[in-house]
Amino acid sequence: MTIKDKTAIVGIGATPYTKRGQSAPQTMEELIAKAVLKAVDDAGLKITDVDGFAYFAGGHDTSLLTEILGIPEIRFTATLTGAGGGSAGALGLAASAIVGGLAKTVVVVCGVQQAVLRYGTYSSSHPADPYSSFYLYSGLVSPGQAFALLARRHMHLYGTTREQFAEVAMSTRLNALSNPAALMKKPMSKEDYFNAPMISDPHCLFDFCLETDGAVAAVVTSSERAKDLKQKPAYILASTHGGDGNWGRSLYWFNMPDDLFTSSGHNTVAKQLYEMAGVGPKDIDVAQIYDHFTSQVIMQLEDYGFCKRGEGGPFVASGAIRHKGGSIPVNTDGGQLSCAYIWGMSHVKEAVEQIRGTAVNQVKDAELCLVTGGPSNIPMSGLILRR
Amino acid sequence: MNAQVINSMPDAISKAPPEEMVHIATDQWTQPFWDAAKQHKLVGAKCGNCGKFRLPPSPMCPKCHSQKIDWVHLSGEGTIYTYTIITRAMSPAVEPYIPYVPAVITLEGGGGTRLVSNIVGARVGDIAIGGKVRVIWEDHKDGMTVPHFELVPG
Ligand SMILES: [Zn+2]
Repeated sequence: MTIKDKTAIVGIGATPYTKRGQSAPQTMEELIAKAVLKAVDDAGLKITDVDGFAYFAGGHDTSLLTEILGIPEIRFTATLTGAGGGSAGALGLAASAIVGGLAKTVVVVCGVQQAVLRYGTYSSSHPADPYSSFYLYSGLVSPGQAFALLARRHMHLYGTTREQFAEVAMSTRLNALSNPAALMKKPMSKEDYFNAPMISDPHCLFDFCLETDGAVAAVVTSSERAKDLKQKPAYILASTHGGDGNWGRSLYWFNMPDDLFTSSGHNTVAKQLYEMAGVGPKDIDVAQIYDHFTSQVIMQLEDYGFCKRGEGGPFVASGAIRHKGGSIPVNTDGGQLSCAYIWGMSHVKEAVEQIRGTAVNQVKDAELCLVTGGPSNIPMSGLILRR
Repeated sequence: MNAQVINSMPDAISKAPPEEMVHIATDQWTQPFWDAAKQHKLVGAKCGNCGKFRLPPSPMCPKCHSQKIDWVHLSGEGTIYTYTIITRAMSPAVEPYIPYVPAVITLEGGGGTRLVSNIVGARVGDIAIGGKVRVIWEDHKDGMTVPHFELVPG
């Protein structure tokens, strides 16, 4: 028995996206509660129907949300371990609760709210434990720096170029331009990309995702119940999470075998996902690929079989991920690079809209949409929604 | 090697990141590594039962679960597996330390284990994957010592 096709996303809700620090004076709980109410309303349900929460990336406080929202009873509350790697998998967590009979209506919600300025003293910003000490002392203090080490090795082994990273940034920006909700409003040329400041070579500013405040929520219920609700259901065809033991702590470890080092760590998750879904990469119509860094979009395209290992650079350069004319349109809302960064949940929202046929950059007759969670330490995660 | 790779700030000399950036934390399994560092010795954690190396040193061998560790003195030589050049400070206090170059070093005699460290005192344009490096030591005010690596000429 698997969760295949037994549940659906029936409601989706988001606060407006703002640049980091600009959601104040709203509080984090307020942003989350607003997103939940919107998602429940979108589904045609009442908040009193909600009986479960599923989270990732540390999660939120269900007891507080229950108090704020006036939820009569909680029957399921759980958080996938890890960080942004769990976004797509949190939908699977919700689905397993429903299939297992623990709850009927589970909301997956994630909010991000950051201070206006990131500045702090080094020691308070980067508390070390015995394991993190082994990389933090090298001054490797941000994910963009850590992933640059993988990107550099990928360039070395396969000849991947910054022009190819640029194509990911430009293609995604183009999608953002026609999305009113997206934060980035200006076109990006190749010249703009190469004029952007280098941050952690080979990653320049435009290889990094945005820093955003906001919250996104998705309501999951059984496929049977979904049929009678307000929206066209986005069926959860499959969702998996985890990772290869040899990938493990990856970005904090750097001892992965050579063939895994230059990857997104999604290899086993992708295999299990396609197996559960009974489909392959050729069947996917549109993909929302966790884009914290352009280089990792390329490596995920390889891990999900849209091209061979090492060929992700030429693949994107061929125009394959463009909304117009691409064989697999990627991050059609402008992604985390140019729309908003809500730990992967904006990708879930866009996937639901593609399946409903209501996306701003709609892929015609999209039947299957892939969503990935962030390449990170275990777990990574994947999700396939079907019409 | 990929001829297209051109390093940012090629003529700059790579620096060490600020030592205040992190205070090394230890436990009983990692302590011997840092103790050896204080003596300016680079050691590897080799399983006392099956001989598998692991880094960082963890409570048991992932292959045979033995908790016995042979601390092997390594030559301090290594090869650059990958690197990044930090050209922009994440906070104003780090600006004087730009550029610094975190690198993953495959340790000679380390059974394939890799150490995350820094390439210091090198012309940035000369740093490349596959380059040979040698350990040097930086003593910190808090009493800890950390390994850095310099390029080996030729
Ligand atoms: Zn062993």
